[in-house]
Amino acid sequence: MGIQTITKQGYLSELVQQVQQVPMVKSELKELRDRASIILEELALPTKRDEEWQFTDLADLYAIKFTSPPPQTELDSGAIEHLILPEAKDSHLVFINGFYASKLSSSAALPAGIFIGNLSQLPDAYPIQDYLGKQQGSTEIFTAINTTGISDVAVVWASKDVVVETPIHLLFITTTGDTPTITQPRILVVLETGAKLTLVEQYVATGDSCSETIVSQPYFTNGVMEIFVQENAVLDHSRIQRETSAAFHIARSAISQAKYSQYHCHTISLGAKISRHNLDIFQTGEGTETTLNGLTMIKGNQVADKHSNICLNYPNGVTRQVHKTIVDDRASVVFNGRVFVGKKAQQTNAGQISRNLVLSPKARVNTKPQLEIIADNVKCSHGATVSQLEGDEIFYLQSRGLDQSTATSLLVEAFALDIVNKLPVASMRQILAKCMACKTMVV
Amino acid sequence: MIIENSDVILSVQDLTASVEGTPILKGLNLEMKAGEIHAIMGPNGSGKSTFSKILAGHPDYEITGGEILFYGQSILEMEPEQRARSGIFLAFQYPLEIPGVSNLDFLRVAYNSKRKHAGLPELDNFDFEDLVHEKLDVVKMDAAFLDRSVNEGFSGGEKKRNEILQMALLEPKLAILDETDSGLDIDALKIVANGVNQLASKDNTLLVITHYQRLLDYIIPDFVHVMEAGRIITSGGKELALELEARGYEWVREEEALEVAR
Repeated sequence: MGIQTITKQGYLSELVQQVQQVPMVKSELKELRDRASIILEELALPTKRDEEWQFTDLADLYAIKFTSPPPQTELDSGAIEHLILPEAKDSHLVFINGFYASKLSSSAALPAGIFIGNLSQLPDAYPIQDYLGKQQGSTEIFTAINTTGISDVAVVWASKDVVVETPIHLLFITTTGDTPTITQPRILVVLETGAKLTLVEQYVATGDSCSETIVSQPYFTNGVMEIFVQENAVLDHSRIQRETSAAFHIARSAISQAKYSQYHCHTISLGAKISRHNLDIFQTGEGTETTLNGLTMIKGNQVADKHSNICLNYPNGVTRQVHKTIVDDRASVVFNGRVFVGKKAQQTNAGQISRNLVLSPKARVNTKPQLEIIADNVKCSHGATVSQLEGDEIFYLQSRGLDQSTATSLLVEAFALDIVNKLPVASMRQILAKCMACKTMVV
Repeated sequence: MIIENSDVILSVQDLTASVEGTPILKGLNLEMKAGEIHAIMGPNGSGKSTFSKILAGHPDYEITGGEILFYGQSILEMEPEQRARSGIFLAFQYPLEIPGVSNLDFLRVAYNSKRKHAGLPELDNFDFEDLVHEKLDVVKMDAAFLDRSVNEGFSGGEKKRNEILQMALLEPKLAILDETDSGLDIDALKIVANGVNQLASKDNTLLVITHYQRLLDYIIPDFVHVMEAGRIITSGGKELALELEARGYEWVREEEALEVAR
């Protein structure tokens, strides 16, 4: 064991100690924590030598000592009101620094048969032990770190055949303090057979709607989300992440899809110092439909890494994936899109497109489609483009009277809005459209 | 229509231009007056499309000599958007698709940039929508196209109609139609031509660039010019187009060779 490894293991055990200091809202969580601790004994923090982290160097993360924030950071409702989507005025949960803010949350608009709340509010009748921590991938190191310090869970649970029209908004706010802190959001979403709902998951810093302008201490968000979409259920999931440029954001969303279920996902990543999102889809029955739309838009020295992994082991699955990135300055994006089509996944129809717009000569894109196909009767396609803005497109707009900078920002915006416009909640689309307009503005 | 003593809108004098060092235009002369419709015909590679892009200010071409005057003022130093705002319009042979930008927004931004240039207040969304609905009729376009992304998924004919709709809104003094007939079936061609004819007036001038005589059955030119190897080698009335159609470009070349020999 080299010196570096020892130091890194020391870092890991200190981090684990920190996250375990957060009190559990239910004592039953202890078992999950213990199991994760055992798993962690076998694991080491990843470096660029690990294939999964080849292009994303976490050395800057390991250089910072993070502590768990004190509970009960007070924010009054006025300070966060503007962050709540109007459509979800009475169907949202707010977590501040990982702690559930019950006064800022509301489920008044929701019909019977749908529960949203934190773990301590969840009635005992819900068989949570069958789901929490049960999704595949518990041995992934950051998932294990999250679980070893699990203290509370944001729970969204739709009972059989419950169709919820009102979107549900999960808002995770980090208030940055004087010292670097780590928070570990944990989400569990269960859609029982035939249920249908729309979920917006959002990460922001402080109460400000724009994290770009905030100068903050470093902080580390290490999130885990487990989603179970059962037979014939339909989930539309938007994930919006925007941290400050001093923040680290590592998260994993693991989704299982039972037969004939639909999972539609829109991930919008608007930056952090380093952000990494693992999106794992596990098919557990035939005829599933999966849509993954992604947009990453970063600049400065930011790094944004998306690893998606679709595992198909049953017939007649349809997956559609479009991942777009816009990368400026010296920023660097990574996209790794794995699609595994197992022997039994006949008649799979899987499409993947990775489109990358590079706005500066120093910006970097690493995009890798990774198709592993064992079944012999399938239709799978993939494509990746890395491009600059087309001169002819700019000329077309100029020839209609738009000056070059307006034309440029319109085109960049359009590239982004193509994904944003697929989001189901109108106010979220509008917020992001404004955000895109602001980000693409040529100063 | 040919009007005596009408204003000269465009005057191109001995224009030479190249792309990446290769000469494309080799001494082109053309004068267009208010009210007139001009057609430029010529084989592939003769420089027709290059000429249209140069008029609109495409940055890929280098002007190596000569002059382009628009209402007596040189436009060589003007950016494409300045030319557009002062009344030059190019209907593209291949209009670009811009996914993510609604056609309506695009039209409004374009229209307002021209109003701003003219010192007029910008139209708000509601007033603009009224205006655009009026103009839709020029090209018999369905209002549903306004909500779609610019040209995205449009058929060839729909794209060309959208170009003419833009022309209807921007009311240019000089409109250049670059192979507007390419990729159109006869019905679409009639609609587009009919739209163009509604927009032609005694105050503007049109330059119709085409391979085929077919379009000129519907947009009747006052002058037809034949372009070859970067120059206009012969000019005539609308009957020249018919003769070209019947006898081919080879005939013009031979005529020119005879001319030179004499």
